[in-house]
Amino acid sequence: MKVKEVLINGIVKENPTFRLVLGMCPTLALTTAAINGVGMGLAVVFVLALSNLFISLLRNFIPAKVRIPAFVVIIAAFVTIVDMVMHAYTPGLYEALGLYIPLIVVNCIILARAESFASKNGPFLSFMDGVGMGIGFTIALVIIGIIRELLGAGSIFGYKILGEGSITGLSFLSNIEPAIIMILPPGAFFTLGLLLALLNKLTDRKKQA
Amino acid sequence: MDYAVKLFVILLSSILVNNFIMSRFLGICPFLGVSKRVSTAMGMGLAVTFVIAMSSVITYLAHHFILVKLNMEYMQTLAFILIIAALVQFVEMVIQKTSPSLYQALGVYLPLITTNCAVLGVAIINIEEGYDLLQTLINGTGSALGFTLAIVLFAGIRERLEQSDIPKPMQGFPIAMITAGLMSVAFLGFQGLIK
Repeated sequence: MKVKEVLINGIVKENPTFRLVLGMCPTLALTTAAINGVGMGLAVVFVLALSNLFISLLRNFIPAKVRIPAFVVIIAAFVTIVDMVMHAYTPGLYEALGLYIPLIVVNCIILARAESFASKNGPFLSFMDGVGMGIGFTIALVIIGIIRELLGAGSIFGYKILGEGSITGLSFLSNIEPAIIMILPPGAFFTLGLLLALLNKLTDRKKQA
Repeated sequence: MDYAVKLFVILLSSILVNNFIMSRFLGICPFLGVSKRVSTAMGMGLAVTFVIAMSSVITYLAHHFILVKLNMEYMQTLAFILIIAALVQFVEMVIQKTSPSLYQALGVYLPLITTNCAVLGVAIINIEEGYDLLQTLINGTGSALGFTLAIVLFAGIRERLEQSDIPKPMQGFPIAMITAGLMSVAFLGFQGLIK
């Protein structure tokens, strides 16, 4: 029961992107295509779940005064593993995510969960918290990625929907010209801003009802 | 002469064209978090400039004289983040001892800088681009000045936003994002400046 709550908490109630507004740099930079969101999201799930697990296992041995550097070293170790694995097996994705893979180290979501959850809870719960938070982050990235890719490049996961050569074969879809600004940096700010406003509106309505 | 031109291009491109916040999306957390007032934004910008300029030089030296010599380039992420964390701590202690007034102004922002991805980002970009020591210093300082420019401008706009009548769901982060998006459109205009 508790496990389920922890998992759902990360995905819905404390969604790192939409609710806590943490880890904005990869969220804004990598959502030019939905597939990037999947790659980045899975890398974060891996790092977050395992660093949470190990920090939780070691929480009684790490002196409180040096806990932050200790956490950072543990996190950096897993980021290095992800970096090497992606370089070896998914070179295309590695190229697309580039700089942002090593930058997972300084992603505030990971340090925030280490500090506020893993250093206080048991290994299994911490692991599940990492998985939940990671999935929440992945879902957010994919949603933003789909919106930006569709409006900016006219495709979803690389399948052409809008503009010339639409695979749907519907003439009204192939007449819509994608707006390139959505995959340029401003599009990232606009999409996230409007999504956050929409969410605020929905939660407000729920509260009143 | 060519070398001087190249340095100038690096400086210009790091401040305007590849502005850290507006086109690379590094350092967004402090950009959104510490931009409610112009004075605090200025403080954060100065602290970041100071730390980035120092850390780019030190990580450059560490990379070329320690990691490469020992064939341990794969330890880059781990080594850099530790250097930055130690450096920030060290800078904080030195400023506290030598200049209490500067510490008063920058003190609160310094611990936050460790998790500013711009610092680690610049260090990695310097190595990837293959800059030499002087270019590293210029690129680091330029990027940080670009960060300061963006955050101070943004804080100026946000101070005005405080007084305007914004629809309730748009208040806070959403309107800040839209504002940043419009600023980013403006910065997009610099793209053609350097080929």
